[in-house]
Amino acid sequence: MTTTAELMDYAEVVERYDPVLGLEVHVELSTDTKMFCGCPNSFGGDPNTHVCPVCLGLPGALPVVNGTAVESAIRIGLALNCDIAEWCRFARKNYFYPDMPKNFQTSQYDEPIAFDGHLDVVLDDGEVVRVDIERAHMEEDTGKSLHVGGATGRIHGAEHSLLDYNRAGVPLIEIVTKPITGMGERAPEVARAYVTALRDLLRAMDVSDVRMDQGSLRCDANVSLMAKGANEFGTRTETKNVNSLRSVERAVRYEMTRHAAILADGGSIKQETRHFQEADGTTAAGRTKETAEDYRYFPEPDLVPIAPTCEWVEQLRATIPELPWQRRKRIQEDWDLTDEELRDLVNTGAIDLVAATVDAGATQADARSWWVQYLNQQATSRETELADLTITPAQVARVIELVGSGELTNKLARQVVDGVLDGDGDPDQVIEKRGLKVVSDDSALLAAVDEALAAQPDVADKIRGGKVQAAGAIVGAVMKATKGQADAARVRELILERVGAA
Amino acid sequence: MSNISRDEVAHLAKLARMAVTEEELDTFAGQLDQILDAVAKVGEVAGDDIPPTSHAAALTNVFRTDEVRPGLSQDEALAGAPAAEEGRFRVPRILGEQQ
Repeated sequence: MTTTAELMDYAEVVERYDPVLGLEVHVELSTDTKMFCGCPNSFGGDPNTHVCPVCLGLPGALPVVNGTAVESAIRIGLALNCDIAEWCRFARKNYFYPDMPKNFQTSQYDEPIAFDGHLDVVLDDGEVVRVDIERAHMEEDTGKSLHVGGATGRIHGAEHSLLDYNRAGVPLIEIVTKPITGMGERAPEVARAYVTALRDLLRAMDVSDVRMDQGSLRCDANVSLMAKGANEFGTRTETKNVNSLRSVERAVRYEMTRHAAILADGGSIKQETRHFQEADGTTAAGRTKETAEDYRYFPEPDLVPIAPTCEWVEQLRATIPELPWQRRKRIQEDWDLTDEELRDLVNTGAIDLVAATVDAGATQADARSWWVQYLNQQATSRETELADLTITPAQVARVIELVGSGELTNKLARQVVDGVLDGDGDPDQVIEKRGLKVVSDDSALLAAVDEALAAQPDVADKIRGGKVQAAGAIVGAVMKATKGQADAARVRELILERVGAA
Repeated sequence: MSNISRDEVAHLAKLARMAVTEEELDTFAGQLDQILDAVAKVGEVAGDDIPPTSHAAALTNVFRTDEVRPGLSQDEALAGAPAAEEGRFRVPRILGEQQ
């Protein structure tokens, strides 16, 4: 069903057209309960077990707003330098779709809780771009559909669909940028950098899991092109299903090349929703967007207005933690990093992880080395982001501690980390399960040392004769015999003791 | 004076997923006109000093604490569903639209 679209070479695109971006990011809040009812807000679970009459839209059920979700919304607004509405309401957005059992989504329309803000975004080369924020508003998530029949589980060709409403009603904040203009060829990079900065911010504030792979952070990318020198924006498309930071960049770039080919050919862009296809980096047409009028928004009669007092807003402002970019600045000073070193840490996504590892007791050098080298390699080979690896900074700090105390060698430490990444539990549990402790029992080591010395009597003689560096061969043999689970320094001491050279 | 056209009624009917006959388009257009005119009268009475009212009770900031409350079991949730499968609500295939 997918026809191959004509694309224009990227260099030509940016020579002839100016891209305009608008990014809509949906964030699922990590509250304990849903937005309007007391059902648990947790990922997964057996289908339709986190539901009640309110989120199923049963007749007579009445919603009540989750106060903590409102606080999170205000805090997010403040962190994005927004004004907070003194008075605002929820609105019903009416449309029919099976993933929304009420037949309307409770959202906010012309009275968002936060508006007119900005987020400063640092690009890979250190350039700072200010992205203006139009609004951040509160709404609720929809259920999940499973399409049955057809070859691929996709909606096309499906015979019927199955609905799980566990996610329906989960608190959602939608953050909308103002049009991002003037970025030229860097537009795709700006889009990725913006979503990255937003993710880091929300993570630092502890308001969301911000897992793009699990859908707790989702980005819809609006892209349009205008000919160089034109004053009016072109027609935009909205690309959904963009499930990773890298995909944000790819999707924007793809749409730019697709739009340009159509426009250059004298065609016009159809305003529509498009779906990003992770496998080949293309987009496919979805439904033609309904206009705002078609949603027949009206104030939600079952929920009274929200009127945050100044005192409340100021209290919430005081709870906003050190923000990622402030933290980075401080870390750069504390650790005495060059701009380049800092950028490497930021670009690999390691900086906050390193900082958290240091907070958990590791030295800065050890923490940096683990995250930037071994764990970064693991993230690449597991095709995930560093921050999405299933190991916590505290666990990394524990591994570093065990290496420091001699209970793990570097080689064993990497095996322990692998175990944690494979889901075998905490470092200590992995060590227990996989038997990875350093052999620190001297009697066991001595037996191995004696064996190795007996096997290589000439080497033993050399050591006796004063060639202490020859001990390396024996150390190697012992390490091999103990499958790397011995502390090499201790083995060396024992060898020297044994041949009487100590 | 409002003047609702047949086309507008047809569009509204489509949005509301209602099957409306040709005769009903005329009937409803006339009726909707009357309703809108009646509502518009309120606007004539209300001065500029009267803010639009959406809620009868003068309440704000009614919140719930973020505590889990018991909901429905899967069986209870699905009890009223015309069709269910694998613990989920079964719906006819979704045509013409994508999420």
